[in-house]
Amino acid sequence: MKLKLTGALLLLALVAAACGSDGDSGAAASCAVGETDGDLSFYNWADYIDEESIPRFEEEYGIKVEYTMYESNEQMLAQVDAGAANYDLIVPSDYMVDTMIAEGLLMELDFDAIPNATNISDEFHSPPFDPDHKYHVAYQWGTTGIGISYDALEELGNVEPTWGFIFDPALSGMVSGGISMLDDAPESFSAALKYLGYSIDEVMVGGNEEAIREAGELLKATKASLLKYDSVAYSDDLMNGELAVAHGWSGSFAAAIFEADAYETHVYVIPKEGGVRWVDGMAIPASAEHPCSAHAMINFMTDAQNGAALTNYVYYASPNEAATEFILDEILEDEGIYPNAETSAKLEFIPQAGELGLLMQDLFVEAKG
Amino acid sequence: MAALDQSAAQADSRKGRLIATPAALYLLFFFMIPLGVIVTYSFATRTATGRTVLTGWNLSSYDKLFSELVLRIIWRSFWMASVTTILCLLVAYPFAYYLATRAPKVRNILLVLVMIPFWTNGLIRIFAIRFLLGSDGPASQLSENLGFGTFRILFTPTAVVIGMVYSFLTFMVLPLYVAIERMDWKLVEAARDLYAGGTVAFRKVTWPLTRSGVIAGSILVFVPSFGSYVVPEILGGAKTMLLGSYVARQFGAARNFPFGAALSVVLIAVMLIAVVINQRAEANRA
Amino acid sequence: MSTTMRPTKWASRLLALNAWLVFAFFYIPIIVLVVFSFNGSRRVNIWGGLSTRWYPEVLQNEVILDALKNSLMVASISTIVATILGTSLALALDRYRFRGRKTLDGAVFLPVIIPDVTMAVMMLVFFAQVFRFIDSFGPRFQLGIYTIVISHIAFNISFVAVVVRARLGQLDPSLEEAARDLYASGWRAFQKVTLPLILPGVLAGALLALALSLDDVVISAFVTGPGSTTLPVYVFSAIRRGVTPELNAISSLMLLASTVLVLGSLFLQREPKSKTNNQGE
Repeated sequence: MKLKLTGALLLLALVAAACGSDGDSGAAASCAVGETDGDLSFYNWADYIDEESIPRFEEEYGIKVEYTMYESNEQMLAQVDAGAANYDLIVPSDYMVDTMIAEGLLMELDFDAIPNATNISDEFHSPPFDPDHKYHVAYQWGTTGIGISYDALEELGNVEPTWGFIFDPALSGMVSGGISMLDDAPESFSAALKYLGYSIDEVMVGGNEEAIREAGELLKATKASLLKYDSVAYSDDLMNGELAVAHGWSGSFAAAIFEADAYETHVYVIPKEGGVRWVDGMAIPASAEHPCSAHAMINFMTDAQNGAALTNYVYYASPNEAATEFILDEILEDEGIYPNAETSAKLEFIPQAGELGLLMQDLFVEAKG
Repeated sequence: MAALDQSAAQADSRKGRLIATPAALYLLFFFMIPLGVIVTYSFATRTATGRTVLTGWNLSSYDKLFSELVLRIIWRSFWMASVTTILCLLVAYPFAYYLATRAPKVRNILLVLVMIPFWTNGLIRIFAIRFLLGSDGPASQLSENLGFGTFRILFTPTAVVIGMVYSFLTFMVLPLYVAIERMDWKLVEAARDLYAGGTVAFRKVTWPLTRSGVIAGSILVFVPSFGSYVVPEILGGAKTMLLGSYVARQFGAARNFPFGAALSVVLIAVMLIAVVINQRAEANRA
Repeated sequence: MSTTMRPTKWASRLLALNAWLVFAFFYIPIIVLVVFSFNGSRRVNIWGGLSTRWYPEVLQNEVILDALKNSLMVASISTIVATILGTSLALALDRYRFRGRKTLDGAVFLPVIIPDVTMAVMMLVFFAQVFRFIDSFGPRFQLGIYTIVISHIAFNISFVAVVVRARLGQLDPSLEEAARDLYASGWRAFQKVTLPLILPGVLAGALLALALSLDDVVISAFVTGPGSTTLPVYVFSAIRRGVTPELNAISSLMLLASTVLVLGSLFLQREPKSKTNNQGE
């Protein structure tokens, strides 16, 4: 038995080594507008598409859509990287697009097959993670900031919102309710960096380890004032009073406030130091078996009306300029969802941080004790 | 006679292998080999972006295991898992005893009642507990009405233990029930006649007889508690970093597969040793 | 057991109290769950009046029904296979001496003690490598229901084996020796004596396997492929957007279904017993 075991393990190691796991190079696709090449396997975040879009797409193009959902970028990456399942269309976040391009996991898009891509406003055309705009088309975007109750704001003396609500013990001490941060290392570090006055991009891309460690110390010191770390239920808990101040994503708060009709009691704000802006994009894995169907779906979702339908359901911001006329007014006017120009200027993407990324993960664990 | 015994033993051995083979093969192919892959990964390197490359074999992942942070996490998880196990034992033993001493018809019904919560989705049950323990929830309101003030249990280690006990209590009840029910009660009767007090009879007879159930139950509770991560995140507010979350994080957000693999290997090795030692001790005692 | 040992009255009362408290502990969250499945409002913390609208919604939701179908398929197949393999493994380990027995004995525990996440990742990587290997010969494989089944069987074999083994350990070997003397063939002896004796253990193991398979989130999430989402994975994913009465309704329905099933099987078992004379318990 033991001999057999060792033999099996050795064999495996050899096979593993031989078969390496280099992604296929980003071969370009070539599709005609509206061309489909079989049923589409669409892998998307949970609850990130309205209920009508898929049936409408299926009807218009005559193909079926196999819709599977994931919880996190890393889960999606694990599946696509392993290559053990075929997905034609995925929706990675900004830094994940960066990672996947670097690892050769994405297919170059054929923009001839996506005429509606011109609907996407220019500011999304050359983001830092895909400067040549070859691998993705923006899907939804949003910001990360603070959801807070008006009561708590009053307790804090109605000052201009700042990350200090979380990081400054003098301020956080004045809040009687609970405070939470996202259970997400890059996001929490970005908030800390902004509070400390750094530029996220400069620190992470520039490799400023000192700044990261400084932020790590701040996070460690902050743990005591927090009720919890949560990336899942924070907006719910804000609505039910468990939390008074919550670090979280714009759309989550917008949807929660809408559903609980809590416009009079709660609000989402972006602190004065600035915050994070993020974009999720539609992309096609290099190993996709039905790339043309995927292109058709991208084209479909970037249509003005479909783009608007999406936003009207998920309550995140649409990168689609042409869709603006079809989006609900209450969403367009919500400064939490569509921040004004002044605030926008202070927002930054979180880049792929390489080695610093691992350091942040480790320091985050330390901060949580 | 010796030759006959020997060929009987051989036939026995052949038969044994025959019966064991299908399961053993399955485990070999669909468990041991995947496990081998993970073990291999623990010696691999992690690229800057988090991909695992099977070159540059090294032991750095194992080095990391001895850092203060990791040891603290391991200790904390061990402590919480032990508390959970002991609590489960204290609660489940009398409970199983009660069940096993009912009339047969009642016993079956009660057993079914025990199993039913087990068949609801574990996650939703935990969220129900979360609701109950919330600072605005019914438990808190009740305590307020009783004059104890609101209580903040949610997002503390206490809540995590409550959640784990809730999730795994059934694992302790069932083996204990089986052990107690199967006990030869004549021995207990005899013990009671021999020893004056019921407690002594319990200690000298009942407890040793049910020990295998206690061990089985303890393993079935300790192990998932030790590696649990959903409950600590939902009920503990992710403030108490436990081993399960830590490992999950390595395979997830941190994308550090080699380290996650190393953690897993050590975890498995330690628990395996503990279990095997126990098995051998049991066998010797029998 | 023929004589029921009744402890003192005082101890008896305490035991009963403990039992009821434990039942309360088990059931209060369940009751909350069921009550909130009738919540008129979407958010779980705000009571919006009594309403049954979620139930028809759930029953008509194709995504949920698909997930349920997948879960049931996976659970039933993996339970049956794992029970057969696990039981045979337990028997072999307990009854026979053969080379490699000690190693196998230890190895059986591995799936029980391995962390969920580790098993999930290792199965994913394993399948990926195997598929890549097979791919070079032509056929293209993908993750799907069958990969979940394979993974579930892998850990369930051990759980079943451990439970049956515990049961075997308590049996009186003289009974089986006697059986072997009585019946000419080992198979008959097994059928007539061993099997009925271990049946409670086998059933317990099977029920455990079933519950574990139906509740598994992590492993299923990792080795699932397009279109093979199982119910717990769906719930885990949906719960992110907030606990809704819908999810509670799904749980309540599953609760109802399993209760009915178990009560039904108990009822069926009862009939023949009343017909024959009270065979000693």
